[in-house]
Amino acid sequence: MTFISRGFQRRQAPAASSDRLPPGQYVTRDFPVLSAGPTPRIGLDEWRFEIIGQVDRPRGWSWQELTALPAEEVTVDIHCVTKWSKLDTSWRGVSLDTVLDGVETAADQVMAHSYGGYTTNLPLEDITGGRAWIAYEYDGEPLAAEHGGPARLLVPHLYFWKSAKWVRALELRDTDEPGFWEGYGYHNYGDPWREQRYSGD
Amino acid sequence: MARAAVLRRLTWAIAEVTDRIDETPRVRSLTFDVPGWPGHLPGQHIDVRLTAEDGYQAQRSYSISTPADGARVTITVERLEDGEVSTYLTDILELGDRIELRGPIGGYFVWEPSRGGPLGLIGGGSGVAPLMAMLRARVAADCDVPVRMLCSWRTAEDVIYADELAAIARDANEVSITHTLTRSAPDGWSGRRGRLDQEALSQLAWPSELEPLTCVCGPTGFVEAVAAALVELGHGPHRILTERFGPTGG
Repeated sequence: MTFISRGFQRRQAPAASSDRLPPGQYVTRDFPVLSAGPTPRIGLDEWRFEIIGQVDRPRGWSWQELTALPAEEVTVDIHCVTKWSKLDTSWRGVSLDTVLDGVETAADQVMAHSYGGYTTNLPLEDITGGRAWIAYEYDGEPLAAEHGGPARLLVPHLYFWKSAKWVRALELRDTDEPGFWEGYGYHNYGDPWREQRYSGD
Repeated sequence: MARAAVLRRLTWAIAEVTDRIDETPRVRSLTFDVPGWPGHLPGQHIDVRLTAEDGYQAQRSYSISTPADGARVTITVERLEDGEVSTYLTDILELGDRIELRGPIGGYFVWEPSRGGPLGLIGGGSGVAPLMAMLRARVAADCDVPVRMLCSWRTAEDVIYADELAAIARDANEVSITHTLTRSAPDGWSGRRGRLDQEALSQLAWPSELEPLTCVCGPTGFVEAVAAALVELGHGPHRILTERFGPTGG
């Protein structure tokens, strides 16, 4: 049975239709920042992005090489586990299908590694098939460092902690292992539409 | 980094309000009795869920401002004018009322006496709340971890926990607490004025050579600026724990 909070009522008209807003979320127009430590600053001349782990051969890109790959403009809704959602955010970046094209692997899991030491784990099938990008522009501007620049993952169908900021490598693995927040009790998969915020949800 | 040994399912509990304290005209601390509360570490937070009669629900996160104390959990809520959860918690919720909450959540932004020090606690506005849980744990443990706490407020009227902080600064060994006001200061203000920029932090924060652990909590701009300045001053990034808080902090 649902517990009713005495005297509580909705104060604002819904800012989004229910098919846009996952359960327990509210719409924000800000772009809040969440990270566990200081924002790492990575110079573009030393920046690299790599595919490592269970692959036929590791591969990597310098900043010039990555930004020379075919880019896509995507407009997506993003959902943070801390309850805010931001609708129609626009990004530019490279589809992970593009960077994974031709990679031979038996892996079905991925650990994303970031500058600064952050990690997050995802199933490989969730970052392929046109559902994930490495993004380096937000709203027509270079991605700000506090939002994950120079480049971050963009995996909008999962809670936004899966969209690793300051990404430096994707490690293809045949076993799953919790990343940073997953190890602190956040959900291993993180589907906002099933409200998978914490372990056991 | 210490990981939670057991990942426990977080279930919603129906918690009763057992105490309310007006910290300032805009900030109220609420203490709940939470059946089955498993305890928590200073720095962790809870999720609150409110349900209207028409089924509408809203959830928000609030840092716990007290150390573990049986079934008692205290949060400190800043009233946001257009915040439908914070205004409910500060304006409507009365002693004896009940709400749904679950936790504890988080596990990285935590400090307990066994983690040692020196400990830096740097808070902006109501971002001081989780730092207060750490400070209270340090005082309760009566351990010898030295603490430097820096609190940044807009005006003197915004200072929360003022009397308790003054008493701790007076009575506890090896604990110093500095307040700074960023907008206006009343006549006779004995604390600092101005922001906690790199120059202020070079004087007030622990020197990096001591390898302190520093916890920073406040609005995003505050946390970004303080954390970046500490790195500039030589603090190791992994010795700086950050938590964003407040209206734009998620």
